[in-house]
Amino acid sequence: MTNALIVDAALALLVLGLALWVIATRAAYRAVVGFVAYGLLMAIIWVRLAAVDVAMTEAALGTGLTGLLLLGAAARLAPYETAEFDRRPGRGLRVLIGLLCAAVTLGLAAVVLLLPAPAPSLASLVADNLPPTGVGNPVTGVLLAHRAIDTLLESVVLLPALIGVWSVAANPAWGGRPGSLPRPPASSALTLLAQVLPPFGILVGIHLVWNGADDPGGKFQGATVLAAMWILVLIAGLREAPALRERRLRVLLVVGALVFIGIGASGIWLAGAFLAYPEGYAKPLILAIEAVLTLSIAATLGLLLAGPPAGDRPIGTTS
Amino acid sequence: MDLAALLVTPFARLTELGGLLLVIPLMLPVVGLLLAPLLRGRWLGGGLLGRFTLLLLLLGLVAALAVATAVLTGDEALKYYLGGWLPPLGVALKADGLSAIMLLLSAVVILAVGVYAQREFQVPPDASETRASLVFWMLLMGVWAGLNAAFLGQDLFTLFVALELLTFSAVPLVALDGRAETLAAALRYLLFALLGSVLYLLGAVLFYGTYATLDITLLAERISGEPALPPAVIAAAALMTVGLLAKTALFPLHLWLPPAHAGAPPPASAILSALVVKASFFLILRLWFDVMPGALTPMTAQILGGLGAGAILFGNLVALRQARLKLLIAYSTVAQIGYLFLIFPLAARAESAALTGGMLQVVAHALAKAAMFMAAGLIAKALGHDRVRDLGGCVRVLPLTLLAFGLAGLSLIGLQPSGGYLTKTLLTAAADGTGQGWLGLVIQVGGLLTAAYLFWVFGHVLFGVPSTPAMPIKPPGRAQELVVLALALGALLLGLVPPALFDLVEVGRAGLEASAAVATAMAGAFGWSKLWGDVWPLLVVGLLVLGMLPWPDRPAGGSPRPATTSLSVTGHWAADLGTLLEPADRGLRQWPVAGLSLLILLLALAAAISTGA
Repeated sequence: MTNALIVDAALALLVLGLALWVIATRAAYRAVVGFVAYGLLMAIIWVRLAAVDVAMTEAALGTGLTGLLLLGAAARLAPYETAEFDRRPGRGLRVLIGLLCAAVTLGLAAVVLLLPAPAPSLASLVADNLPPTGVGNPVTGVLLAHRAIDTLLESVVLLPALIGVWSVAANPAWGGRPGSLPRPPASSALTLLAQVLPPFGILVGIHLVWNGADDPGGKFQGATVLAAMWILVLIAGLREAPALRERRLRVLLVVGALVFIGIGASGIWLAGAFLAYPEGYAKPLILAIEAVLTLSIAATLGLLLAGPPAGDRPIGTTS
Repeated sequence: MDLAALLVTPFARLTELGGLLLVIPLMLPVVGLLLAPLLRGRWLGGGLLGRFTLLLLLLGLVAALAVATAVLTGDEALKYYLGGWLPPLGVALKADGLSAIMLLLSAVVILAVGVYAQREFQVPPDASETRASLVFWMLLMGVWAGLNAAFLGQDLFTLFVALELLTFSAVPLVALDGRAETLAAALRYLLFALLGSVLYLLGAVLFYGTYATLDITLLAERISGEPALPPAVIAAAALMTVGLLAKTALFPLHLWLPPAHAGAPPPASAILSALVVKASFFLILRLWFDVMPGALTPMTAQILGGLGAGAILFGNLVALRQARLKLLIAYSTVAQIGYLFLIFPLAARAESAALTGGMLQVVAHALAKAAMFMAAGLIAKALGHDRVRDLGGCVRVLPLTLLAFGLAGLSLIGLQPSGGYLTKTLLTAAADGTGQGWLGLVIQVGGLLTAAYLFWVFGHVLFGVPSTPAMPIKPPGRAQELVVLALALGALLLGLVPPALFDLVEVGRAGLEASAAVATAMAGAFGWSKLWGDVWPLLVVGLLVLGMLPWPDRPAGGSPRPATTSLSVTGHWAADLGTLLEPADRGLRQWPVAGLSLLILLLALAAAISTGA
């Protein structure tokens, strides 16, 4: 038995154990902590499967950003948890549902094991068709050229999601600053962190996007890092969150997808199809799209964390 | 002449674009969604954003008409390869006849809603933007974008993104008024719809793992070449079907629909009931008729048809018990969704009638239900409430609105020449022709139950004691009333459309004879014996229901409210039936029970699909 196999088996058992623990544990807060650990382990597993892009996305979005949102939700829900627990269905129903869930899980596991091996894949087809896109990372090639429409629509989906968050604001607060971020008492450690970390974070974010053209990385991962830096600065109180009615902010939110559509539409005349790139200009255009999309996605993700508008008072102060 | 040429020339040039034409309905709403946060202030006497959206909707209608014309005259599906990449590498768009119908239907209904909502979601003169105005208009664009992407997408993952766009846009519309009750309804909708998305995505992953493609045409080729369905495909089909059923709210997975559709602002309810649930239904059709056409085993078809029949009976009976008009209409949607699933048991041997009837149901119900929800909105706005028992006297205040409500109701009941009539005639004929007469019986009973609750509403409207002084608090806008009436008339007169236009249903699929089926159904629709045969059961139901109305004991004095009401004999029967059904509905709409239903359905479907594999 090789060392790698032992590590893989341990990872698999750990992930399964954590997944069961997340389901079984009663307190939402502990479940969220378990979920974050689970996500980080999943990221390692993706690395083991040589899917570095997926690993980065899992770590940044699936674990980091989602974990933050879930932690916030768990903290707010804590006072109601006992009451909710008392309202759970009877034991018989729970056992029945548990058994059926187990049956579905086992069925799915069997189906996955029965999938054709070696797995049929488009990887070689993608590799053959990568040169016209000018990029070296096949994931970027697929996301920005072969399946550009999916990436475009995915980045558009973020907007209704953000509007959904904003829509729970009170009418008088509309257009004001977002108010869901915690604002811990000022401490020199937090301030120092918020001053020292962002320059590096921004560099890492830009590197991820720039690098994404030829190596693992890309706009979603880079944007998450940028958003995290922004949120850190806001939580430390070094800057106030912008009022959501500000036109510059609104432009920032939509400019990425609009540029994407604009370049895609110009493809109709210059390259013969919507979302096609003219020969020889594919790579610079893809980089341009990635750059503006990163800004828009970072702003959207940051604002998703910052929550609905709560009026114009600075965050953290209670009226 | 010149004016006509001016109108026709650009239109003709649009239809000449071929596949590229499909990019317009795909991208127009997306661009609208993206520009919306930047448009504030006022324009043309209203909010800039609302007026801009209206303009975009008009363009969208022209584009949808162009697609329908191109598909119908070309007699073949339009196809477009995005970025010039062919599947399986790239993503294709395709508009066959069904897509063209759905595009056109969405454009018409959303345009009507856009006109109606100008007044409801305008920006007050002293503000540049309000919460409700931005959220409503943006999400209206979002819903439209999701719908069009779902109707045009040919790739299972693109369709997933379309569903996400649709869900994330539709859910906040439910909670637009910000009450705790509607927020709870929106969360319920969000969680159940997301569960549906996850199941759908899981299915798509299994398809990719088996065939390394997500393109519908390629998948169909590879699946039809299989001697037996692989286990992964069986699991994928079951997962995707159940996920989409949860999003369509087919009985018994309807836990989220009544509070969500009844709690949303009326124009949003109209969109949700008329179009949003139809998108996931449309994808179920795509799955069973386009991705795996030969794989619909009799058992699977019976399960889906059985749930549809259950929805028709259960939804209509529970609708009969609702005290609030909007909830009544929402339960009516639960029932009307049921008709759509009768397609499956009928399609094996009567595909023309089943598919044509099903698509007619989609169109007729969308027009009628949008009209009814918006009419109910006008009533609620004018009276300040929507309690059915207190609707007395409102016919004097809102004659046009109630006329529209009634005409839309005639289509739901299925009287000639409405779209509902065609649906019921085609589906009943198909049921009789395939030896499934019990489905025909369910259709007839469903029509009578629909008639019962409409008679109940109109009984209160016409004979109820006015509960408030008959002065509207806020008279409805003339444009609002007219647009509701236009939708209702559209549903009612659908049967008079030249049958040749129904050939649109069959473009892109072989062996269908839609126009012939429609022509047969319409022939003799207005014969005296046929008319009388259709009307007398309704009259009996009407008399029974009127006997059921609580006749107010008129107070002797000047007090405007009746002190007590006494129920008649039929009223007691209904009350007894109601005491049985209402707890059943409440039980089914509990989270654990709905989850249990979903699990059982998933396993049953997987078993049913594998019986033929």
